[in-house]
Amino acid sequence: MLAHLPVLVILAPLLGAPVASLLRGPNWPWLLATLLSWFALLCSVLLLIQVNAQGTFIYTMGGWEAPWGIEYRIDFANALLLVLITGLASVVLPYARLSVEHEIGADRCPLFYTALLLLILGLCGITVTGDAFNVFVFLEVSSLATYTLIAMGKDRRALTASFSYLIMGTIGATFYLIGVGFLYVMTGTLNMADLAERLPAISDSSTVRTAFAFIVTGICLKLALFPLHLWLPNAYTYSPSAVTAFLGATATKVAVYVLIRFVFTIFGVEFSFGAEPLAEVLVPLAIIGLLSASTVSIMQPNIKRMLAYSSVAQIGYIVLGLAMGTAMGLTASLLHVFNHGLMKGALFMVMGAVAYRMGGTSIDDMRGLAKTMPLTFWAFVLGGLSLIGVPLTVGFVSKWHLILAALELGWWPVVVAILAGSMLAVVYVGRVVEAGFFGEPKDATKREAPWGLLVPLWVLVIANIWFGIDTRLTVDIAEAAAAQLMAGGVVR
Amino acid sequence: MSGLGVWNYVIIIFLMMIGLYMVMSSSNLVKKLIGLNVFQTSVFFLYISFGYIEGATGPVMQEGASLYSNPLPHVLILTAIVVGVATTAVGLALSVRIKESFGTIEEDELHTMDSSL
Repeated sequence: MLAHLPVLVILAPLLGAPVASLLRGPNWPWLLATLLSWFALLCSVLLLIQVNAQGTFIYTMGGWEAPWGIEYRIDFANALLLVLITGLASVVLPYARLSVEHEIGADRCPLFYTALLLLILGLCGITVTGDAFNVFVFLEVSSLATYTLIAMGKDRRALTASFSYLIMGTIGATFYLIGVGFLYVMTGTLNMADLAERLPAISDSSTVRTAFAFIVTGICLKLALFPLHLWLPNAYTYSPSAVTAFLGATATKVAVYVLIRFVFTIFGVEFSFGAEPLAEVLVPLAIIGLLSASTVSIMQPNIKRMLAYSSVAQIGYIVLGLAMGTAMGLTASLLHVFNHGLMKGALFMVMGAVAYRMGGTSIDDMRGLAKTMPLTFWAFVLGGLSLIGVPLTVGFVSKWHLILAALELGWWPVVVAILAGSMLAVVYVGRVVEAGFFGEPKDATKREAPWGLLVPLWVLVIANIWFGIDTRLTVDIAEAAAAQLMAGGVVR
Repeated sequence: MSGLGVWNYVIIIFLMMIGLYMVMSSSNLVKKLIGLNVFQTSVFFLYISFGYIEGATGPVMQEGASLYSNPLPHVLILTAIVVGVATTAVGLALSVRIKESFGTIEEDELHTMDSSL
């Protein structure tokens, strides 16, 4: 069974999705989806251990060797991402039972879990595959599931949010497809390892440069880099709470992974940063993004929307790290991918618990929360501290590495921008904490959220602290992944 | 390639621009989807052009043929067409539900109603 781990992660949700749509009632599909996500998490952790022990893991689909078949190729970077995706799924699904039944209605639950399983399938698929076209297919599987899930939100604006994401997402994916087509014409292969081998010889051609531009732009649309982030705030604000928690923690991160894979493994550092002005384009956009999105989030009355803008800002940090083109920058970027998944997952789950009891997620619903829902409120405080980057939380670990990476290059203005971003985070998190502490509760009769929401939420909050104190695991893996990626190409 | 010259690419770029322009300029959601389809189709044509070889037969074993066109782009595009159909279906379903709950599918009217999108 160990030899089939990469495909088991994919098969579990793939086979589970149609079964979930046939089951009746709200509980059976939920149980199936939860068990499958735990199984996928087990597989991912075993895979990470195996990669750690034996190096890159190659799985040939159906026994067909590449380039005839599609191969799955697992190294440190995608093993880490897999653990993040399946881990978040394993926490969000137990949380989803109460939240989804409350927000969507019991009759639509089977379809909800079907779509959620397809989303997990798509995200895991993008992560494991070693084939450029296969990435496109999985990207569309996950995107279509996402559009459906967003449209299930209670507010009717969820529909328009989903529609504009559909338009933007499809344009992004089609741009990616154009780029992959150009690469195929130039090299005659779609296998990532073969592409990496053949591209350096022809990197001068304008076709390869065009392919690079199309792929980077297409993926940046999917990962919501400023100024291509316009679909994100509405999509996160109006989708059901459980969906926002899962999407906010994983979906854009997977797009970041694809960008890293193309920039570092396939095109190589020399091409991306030497021949192409990747750093000159991405660094300014990332910094403008992190400062402007943080500023905008200060003014949001809806806290879910505030966190959505904060996600755009955090994407700025992540892209800034990888755009440095150094091993340290890449380490910081990968760390922040993982850590931001933990903190945003926790914060969006808090908003789900608030919506469950108070019926809304505006700042007025948060007033006096310390009195009525203390456990939920403290989860928000700890998650918020992590978002700011206070020591002993995961947010500190990744920002520390990001600042170290910027200092290594001597980029002082960038360090200032990172610190300014954290200050802005203090303002927008502090505003909510203040309302929660000193505000008068809108309805003092409201009680603490049910345990079914609190337990998964606190599991994530504790993970925020745990990985903030015990950094060995995440930092070691991120460093190993960065070293592998910087080496460029793929070792056969 | 000499038979077609670069005309196929000129047509593809023309279609691509029409599609993107429709997505950006039209206010009707269904027209946007049509534009998106035109855009995607132009990319399908791009791939099919890649697989074309002057004077080659289809990629099926037969007597007297030695030059075959490349079948891989065709297979890829079959997959991409399926993806495109699914996207259109989801988009149209969303338009129907938007019509049901807002009473319109004109973007500017939706915008004034809820200041989203």
